[in-house]
Amino acid sequence: MTEPLELPAYARSLGVSQCGEDGGMPLLTVDFGPTVEGRPAHYHGGATAGLLEAAGYAALRTALLAAGRDPQLKPINITVQYLAAGKSRPSFAVGRITRLGRRNANVAVEAWQDDRSRPIASAVMNILMDEGR
Amino acid sequence: MATPMNTPPARFDAREASKWFFRHGHTGWLGLRFADQGENWVELELPWREDLLGDASRPVLASGPIISLMDMASGMAIWQASGSFNPVATLDLRVDYQRPARERASVRGRVECYRRTRSAAFVRGIAHDGDPEDPVAHVAGVFMTIAADPRKANPALRGGGGDD
Repeated sequence: MTEPLELPAYARSLGVSQCGEDGGMPLLTVDFGPTVEGRPAHYHGGATAGLLEAAGYAALRTALLAAGRDPQLKPINITVQYLAAGKSRPSFAVGRITRLGRRNANVAVEAWQDDRSRPIASAVMNILMDEGR
Repeated sequence: MATPMNTPPARFDAREASKWFFRHGHTGWLGLRFADQGENWVELELPWREDLLGDASRPVLASGPIISLMDMASGMAIWQASGSFNPVATLDLRVDYQRPARERASVRGRVECYRRTRSAAFVRGIAHDGDPEDPVAHVAGVFMTIAADPRKANPALRGGGGDD
């Protein structure tokens, strides 16, 4: 297993941590609690997006490290699809690199709860990679 | 409290709703604040905070909390436009980041609900850090109303299509 990545301050504050890996990519998780709650006993859409985004960046960092690269990452955009309500239990997310180019990357992320085959949300992220940092 | 509990609810008012929306949960933890409102739009403020950073090398807000800000402003813009607080669920939300927010700047999210149908609501908006003419991000989203279940409203549709 690869060394766990250090997550950004926002992800850590939200309660997101790495709990393993999935297909070589960091598997992130967050427990249900006040920091992620929207309507009673459900995840806030923004909190779910925060988990997805953290998993997307973690996957890209992992792929870049494997390629010996350490660019500064800048968000271009994110599209989040909400597929089912996030209930009051832990959530998990993992990112997959759809395309890793020289200047930009396209990353697909999925989040689920107890059933991996029933995702609660997915996201596509385009990320700019600035090597001249 | 002057209003008896059995009085029909008043028209949704984002300023009033903010007083209890942001007391707890995710938006309370983020410290969201009411900023301004119009007939079909709402502007909220996300204060700058040290532990909401996305990048250790720069003191600028992460993109994640900006999604939360825009998601919340979207929901409230829909309630503001419809005049009532009916639950909605985010179906799809897209954020295009134009530039990083300025260092140590709080960010405001202004979202308008430009179209509502019986089952969906469409929103668009911007996030800015002082000058709405120079946005940090553009946002577009679609929300579904949870209350309007077509299978209940129209027996002919029962059993056909849709899921939970």
